[in-house]
Amino acid sequence: MNVDFTALPATLDILHLTLGALSLLLIVLLLLKGKPRQLPISPAPVQVAEPSKPVQAPAQPALKTHSPDAALQLLSLLQQEARFIDFLNEDLKGFSDAEIGAVARVVHEGGKKTLQQYFTLAPVRSEDEETRITLPEGFNAAEVRVTGNVVGQPPFTGTLVHRGWRVTNVNLPKLADGHDARILVPAEVEL
Amino acid sequence: MNEASRFAVGIDLGTTNSVVGYVDLQADAEHPAQAILPLPQLTQPGVVENRSQLPSFLYLPHETEVAPHELVLPWGESRNGVVGVIARQLGSKTPLRLVASAKSWLCHGGVDRRSGFLPLNAPEDLAKVSPLQASAAYLAHLKAAWNHQFPEHPLEQQDVTLTVPASFDPAARDLTVEAARLVGLQQLTLLEEPQAALYSWVKASGDDWRKQVNVGDVILVVDVGGGTTDLSLIAVTEEEGNLQLNRIAVGDHILLGGDNMDLALAYRLKAKLEAEGKALQAWQIQALTHSCRDAKEALLTDPDTLSVPIVVPSRGSKLLGATLRTELTREEVEQTLVDGFFPQVQIHEHPRQALRTALAQLGLPYASDAGITRHLAAFLCRQAEATVDMFGQPQASFIKPTAVLFNGGVLKAPLLARRLMGVINQWLQQAGAEPARLLEGADLDLAVANGAAYYGYVRKGHGVRIRGGIANAYYVGIESEMPAVPGMEPPLQALCVAPFGMEEGSATEPSAAEFGLVVGEPVQFRFFGSNVRRGDTAGVLLEDWEPTELEELPPIQATLPVENRRPGEVVPVRLAARVTELGTLCLEAIPRNSDQRWRVEFDVRNA
Repeated sequence: MNVDFTALPATLDILHLTLGALSLLLIVLLLLKGKPRQLPISPAPVQVAEPSKPVQAPAQPALKTHSPDAALQLLSLLQQEARFIDFLNEDLKGFSDAEIGAVARVVHEGGKKTLQQYFTLAPVRSEDEETRITLPEGFNAAEVRVTGNVVGQPPFTGTLVHRGWRVTNVNLPKLADGHDARILVPAEVEL
Repeated sequence: MNEASRFAVGIDLGTTNSVVGYVDLQADAEHPAQAILPLPQLTQPGVVENRSQLPSFLYLPHETEVAPHELVLPWGESRNGVVGVIARQLGSKTPLRLVASAKSWLCHGGVDRRSGFLPLNAPEDLAKVSPLQASAAYLAHLKAAWNHQFPEHPLEQQDVTLTVPASFDPAARDLTVEAARLVGLQQLTLLEEPQAALYSWVKASGDDWRKQVNVGDVILVVDVGGGTTDLSLIAVTEEEGNLQLNRIAVGDHILLGGDNMDLALAYRLKAKLEAEGKALQAWQIQALTHSCRDAKEALLTDPDTLSVPIVVPSRGSKLLGATLRTELTREEVEQTLVDGFFPQVQIHEHPRQALRTALAQLGLPYASDAGITRHLAAFLCRQAEATVDMFGQPQASFIKPTAVLFNGGVLKAPLLARRLMGVINQWLQQAGAEPARLLEGADLDLAVANGAAYYGYVRKGHGVRIRGGIANAYYVGIESEMPAVPGMEPPLQALCVAPFGMEEGSATEPSAAEFGLVVGEPVQFRFFGSNVRRGDTAGVLLEDWEPTELEELPPIQATLPVENRRPGEVVPVRLAARVTELGTLCLEAIPRNSDQRWRVEFDVRNA
């Protein structure tokens, strides 16, 4: 694809913004995959499912440690609200940035709505980016990744490059027992 | 009031959304904790989410449409249709199976509200439901959600306040109560929605509310919801050194709200697209309406936004090349919504057509004039005399509110709220009065449910209570005995059976006038209401009146059972009214020389 990066700045901004949002969503996806569902990070939202009717599929064989249902569920929400799968499966060749930009709005608006509805996000660090911060001894390496001239012992002082994102609350919908999460969106037939 | 009631629960059974609020009566009595009940509901087949609002829609799926196990709620499978977000979603693509606006049908006197006729255009093989059943279905869902969260304190044992539009007639109030009884709610009270909004404001202001209003204030409550607009006036008086709130007037039932606005914008954009040679299909208009709702909010909230792009993606999986794109500009929103629904009119400019003109029409009697400000002007003019009893001084040509409280999602938009305030204040200024203040601080979506829950707490003897009684005087038509003149209706007299402002728990003496009832046969009476004739006492017989003073309501009907009487016998009866503790009007027929009382039905089948 031949993109002139000097032309159409407005459209490209939207595109970049959207692509940024998409990568963020993918990170969240990965996050979800890496951890058990219903992260007990903060006071749990009101339980919806009856205890007698487990929402999760029964435990998978030993090789599979995590059920893919939560990831599938998120994909489904993103497809329904943001046409996420449709968009990523499009071949962008032959379409103008204006056309792609129009569709990017659908993905951005819907993706943002989904993110806000089901996740509460907060930056890991509250300081402004590109300012100097000091990490004390025993800082949490999972929360803060040090890069570059990593030598000696903390406290470390360095430039905050990215504030990081933390999910403080997950509030995914509950799925009915027997709901096939692999159907991200059903085919639609108008009678 | 029941000792077992742990919570005061307020249910806002809205035209488009329902909300449940509650106050814990056993917690801190001075500062009761208040909360909104999360409402688990299906958002799509097999997916359950908590929302604070339950969309008041009922969808009747085809047997093959969704597998039963996909319609499971935390408390069990949905039977006889699904309600909430999923109903609205499925119904947007299959409208012929969707029941909407059941509440508006509930106050539509031209239909039998207990017979199943919804959805209106449903196919023959669909088991249709009545407006009453649909309302009961929403209440059943709300009850189940409550009992799921508070299994120790079932809703049936709590004090429940159910809100109704101030403009609901006695029949619609009775039917609302009947719907609640159908799902087993017994400890019930009705409360008018604008009053609930004011209670919510009082609660939110804490002790401060006494500083924000003064004796002599007239508070105008404007409630513009998704489907209806409801108006009320509340006067502030003083009694033994304490401020008192008195609801002194309510407006007509106006079927006009936020949904009309979204639709108006969508059709404007449709015209624009068609001018560009792009023809739209029905599903695209639907999607357009949906996008307009979000775009409208952006444009009405942020004064710097000049236009919002509107994109209607294709239905198929190919997005690129098939997506419709246009934009909604600030100018279009201002013309369509601000000038279209809130036109800058003079106080004497009223809706072009009277409401409720044809009772027998099938279909909801939507307001034919979209100008909310014109409806408001008509209301204020009509109620010019409403405070004479309280403050003595007669108002000039219209009643001048000194404070305004907004309610309903539409007025969350600053641009619309500002315009409405501007129009009201322009009327006041032209009449040489001080501008009205805006009472702020309520969540416009949840205020009614919050206020209704707080009212349950107030009924326990805390805080200030709004006094009002019934907001209409009611009359029974008597055709005078005069030889029929061809082409002329026999002159009609109106007997006042329930005076304006009758309070809960009060009753009138049986009328002096008697009516002949035929034993064993239903007898219908013409029935009238007036929200302006404040001075008529029970038993007053009106010979003539201004056409605008009395509004004819659907006829009422009394039946004397045959027991101990001969069928066909004519028995003279007198009429008496009482207002029940739960807030409904009850008319009774009392046969001469008897203590028996027979209930007069407001909702007459096959009216």
